[in-house]
Amino acid sequence: MTHSVTTRTRASSIAGIAALALIGVGLILPAFASRSLIQDLFFILTMLTLAQLWNLIAGFGGMVSVGQQAFVGIGAYAMFAGVILWGWDPVPAILLGGLAAFLLAIPMAFFAFRLAGAYFAIGTWVIAEITRLLVAQWKTLGGGTGTSLPREATADIIGVATIADVFGLRDAAARDVLAYWLALALAVGTMAAIYALLRSRTGLALAAVRDNDNAAQSVGVDARRVKWTVFLSAATMTGFVGALIYVQTARISPDAAFSVTNWTAYVIFIAVIGGIGRLEGPILGVLVFWGLQTVFADYGSWYLLALGLLAIATMLFAPRGLWGLIHDRTGIALFPVQRRLVTTEPNKT
Amino acid sequence: MIWIDVLVQGILLGGLYALFAAGLSLVFGIMRLVNLAHGDLIVFAAFAILLITGTLGLNPFLAALLAAPLMFAAGWTLQRFVLNRVLGKDILPPLLVTFGLSVALQNGMLEIFSADSQRLSVGRLESASIDLGVVTVGTLPLLTFASAVGVIFVLNRIFYTTALGRAFRAVSDDPTTASLMGLNPKSIFAIATGLAMVIVTLAALYLGMRSNFDPSIGPARLLYAFQAVIIGGLGSLWGTLAGGAIIGVAQTFGAQINPEWQILAGHIAFLVVLLIRPRGLFPRAVD
Repeated sequence: MTHSVTTRTRASSIAGIAALALIGVGLILPAFASRSLIQDLFFILTMLTLAQLWNLIAGFGGMVSVGQQAFVGIGAYAMFAGVILWGWDPVPAILLGGLAAFLLAIPMAFFAFRLAGAYFAIGTWVIAEITRLLVAQWKTLGGGTGTSLPREATADIIGVATIADVFGLRDAAARDVLAYWLALALAVGTMAAIYALLRSRTGLALAAVRDNDNAAQSVGVDARRVKWTVFLSAATMTGFVGALIYVQTARISPDAAFSVTNWTAYVIFIAVIGGIGRLEGPILGVLVFWGLQTVFADYGSWYLLALGLLAIATMLFAPRGLWGLIHDRTGIALFPVQRRLVTTEPNKT
Repeated sequence: MIWIDVLVQGILLGGLYALFAAGLSLVFGIMRLVNLAHGDLIVFAAFAILLITGTLGLNPFLAALLAAPLMFAAGWTLQRFVLNRVLGKDILPPLLVTFGLSVALQNGMLEIFSADSQRLSVGRLESASIDLGVVTVGTLPLLTFASAVGVIFVLNRIFYTTALGRAFRAVSDDPTTASLMGLNPKSIFAIATGLAMVIVTLAALYLGMRSNFDPSIGPARLLYAFQAVIIGGLGSLWGTLAGGAIIGVAQTFGAQINPEWQILAGHIAFLVVLLIRPRGLFPRAVD
């Protein structure tokens, strides 16, 4: 008899193949999809990435941050700075967004990790507020009222002319296609990285630290290092997403870029409704969220009120979200991280 | 001379922040629950007082007296039927529920009361002042500070000299053992949240008389309250008052230098304290 440890299941193999097929379809989609579909997908993909990143630090790492808008905002502003102050092309300037978010995450982690338990959440919120207030003082980037990307910069983004030629699109539509592809790459890259992390030793260490900090340290897990690594990585990726979102929006203001509703509340609701602590959760959550948004967004505050109540109801009656309900009924895990012992009988021939 | 004035104004402003913070501190101290909707509940209470003054034509102080039992009931209900169900070892569910409540409350108030700025009007008291020789202070800020001192004094008395306070301390230390002694931690928690909402009502009264309020200002009040608690040190109510005063003084000094820096200066003061005294100025609790 031989034994082996695996995380693979039949469902996960099928899900893996389906995911690859879906990515393939996603890549060639701009050839025949309408512009509004591409824009919707851009929204879905960026919100999905933000939700996965929040899920990583809060759901898997137990660090409940309410300050993710800091990284979206600083990422977007760093991209704007690259374009407006130093004449960068907006797409490579997205890298600046990630870098800025990484640099901001260092002091944020330093201060917020000093706060006990649940106060961590408000600590991150305070740092996000401070960042917003400081950025609003940055007069060359429009101060409190904000600014737009200059027309010259958005007109000749590398690749846009090629896309326009190949698909026979106008420049504005070609920019949406480029942004969509980048969003697809970020979403797939983020999820693949998170999945790989969770299946690695670090992933186990992270879960151990979340469940019991002291016990994890007693078996040799360097809790501080694990938390720092995950928090900084998630912040950097969030900065990339923020910069990308504002490449597409092309107009920025501190209140929008550092909006707690747009970049943290929505993101938390997506993760909560879909299911915290599972990769499948935010995928399901973002689809539900997009559906609700499409149908009810015209109701403004009533919609947000309902979303808040829905999140409360989910936490009360189905704390592991929609995917948790599905998993409990069927046992299906598309992206399993649970290690199973498999015993194979030797062939008797 | 102007700086003494700024200092005094800052300390008095700190009284308001201490009132914001006392309820938060009480709830955290007893059940380790951080209520992210605390600021929005303050604004909610302010609207409740406004509604009572409007419909019954009462003075805001009397209206707050009527609002207090209603807010107690609201807090009790919230704790009994919602928050008690998610309290546990995992800090994530209560945080997310109160965050959902914060968003829901803000938007609910926006629909009902609109985004217009409101104010609790108290006539002459708004502009009345007392000459103390060195400085002239507003009667209202002085009253706010005195109320903060009063609230903290009464809370301390409740905590250390009454049966209810003993129950609070018991369920805070160890809910399981406390329940063996015949206490029901869940109903103690509900009373604590109700009591916190009474303090919230008082905070709302002074907030509404001092400045304009609208449905969106809740989160900022939560942040000030939180900073006062952390600066003061967890578990120390007098520390919270000191923490509020530090935020208040930092804000008035910041505003004196450049009006745009008022809020920022308060936040920076918080970071400085967190840097040099991570456990606050007067830490008492271990966690």
